[in-house]
Amino acid sequence: MAVFSWFNEVFLKMTWLNNFMGGIVENVFQLDSTSRIGASLQFFLYDTLKIFFLLSVLIFGISYIQSYFPPERTKKILGRYKGINASILSALLGTVTPFCSCSSIPLFIGFTGAGLPLGTTFSFLISSPLVDLASVILLASIFNWSIALAYVLVGLVLAVLGGGVIGRAGMENQVESFVYGASSIDVEEVKLSPKDRYNYSVEQVKEVIQKVWLYVLLGVGIGALIHNWIPQELITALLGQDKWYSVPLATLIGAPIYADIFGTLPIAEALLAKGVGLGTVLAFMMSVTVLSLPSLIMLKKVIKPRLMSLFVGIVVIGIFIIGFGFNEFSSVFI
Amino acid sequence: MEIKVLGPGCANCVRLEKNVEEALKNLGMKATVSKVTDPMDIISFGVMSTPGLVVDNKVVSYGRVLTPAEIEEKIN
Repeated sequence: MAVFSWFNEVFLKMTWLNNFMGGIVENVFQLDSTSRIGASLQFFLYDTLKIFFLLSVLIFGISYIQSYFPPERTKKILGRYKGINASILSALLGTVTPFCSCSSIPLFIGFTGAGLPLGTTFSFLISSPLVDLASVILLASIFNWSIALAYVLVGLVLAVLGGGVIGRAGMENQVESFVYGASSIDVEEVKLSPKDRYNYSVEQVKEVIQKVWLYVLLGVGIGALIHNWIPQELITALLGQDKWYSVPLATLIGAPIYADIFGTLPIAEALLAKGVGLGTVLAFMMSVTVLSLPSLIMLKKVIKPRLMSLFVGIVVIGIFIIGFGFNEFSSVFI
Repeated sequence: MEIKVLGPGCANCVRLEKNVEEALKNLGMKATVSKVTDPMDIISFGVMSTPGLVVDNKVVSYGRVLTPAEIEEKIN
């Protein structure tokens, strides 16, 4: 355990980097690191470096794993299972299958065209953006492991139950009819050498960094603002743990925001430090990642309004329950 | 030779198409290069992760932007 906590401190929390940045702020910028400006600068430097470092290492490792689970293969595996087992497996595979909103349409058509039940497909669509392996490790870095594991668990449960409800709702007629005409051909698997997988992982790191660097900077910037400039009273008045409306409010604020989960983490970190409830913070993050407008707009091309409302409704209710639950039992985790 | 780039038109698909052109130029080969942008047509190849690359109606890659060198290996 000692080795484990040493690893946690050094590589995940990087307390040494924080101290080092404190030194830079004091000696290079000649600012008091306990002053507002000094502390903001220290938070910004430390968090930016930490997130980019973790991001690069994590994306590399995770892409390597993901190269074994392209959606084409996931589809084939899922076709062999039925009912709740299919939903559970679908939610699990969602965490290791690479997913971006630009391929959600081909994926939806591919899954449905191959005869996978709607419930299975939606379990995947909920779990894939929500429980991303990289985000889990970052969660552990920013909060702690029990929070990260609890997040994974409730995320998977939401995916399985959400898919289950949608599967039983008899909404097959709510899918645009052309989707069912899709061919269900399985692509011949392309053999990848270790070198191919390595190249793929390096490309993914570059691509993800290119895609998210701005969100991360913005997120850390906002985090630094919350940390040192926005009065605690204002934040607790709006999002404080004792306010019943904090969870719905956080979900509502999160939904239209299109950001990567990596951009939301520094904001979440700062909010938590300001006394916002853990459940409220998690509700915000889940809402940003699953209910992002661009992917909903994409999805609208293949499903009709009633199914769309059911999907959004289930996710929102699920996030509320998770949020309230974590707020109620946060003492277990922090 | 007939080469198809599968993808709804995202940035990666454009990059893959450029790399295909470059690979052909490097090899001094001629081929018809076309784009398949309709999701239904992409699915008909069994591909879901874009961009995909099809050479003479055989899927040789999906979910990756191959470098020109890698494409040269596949088509040579």
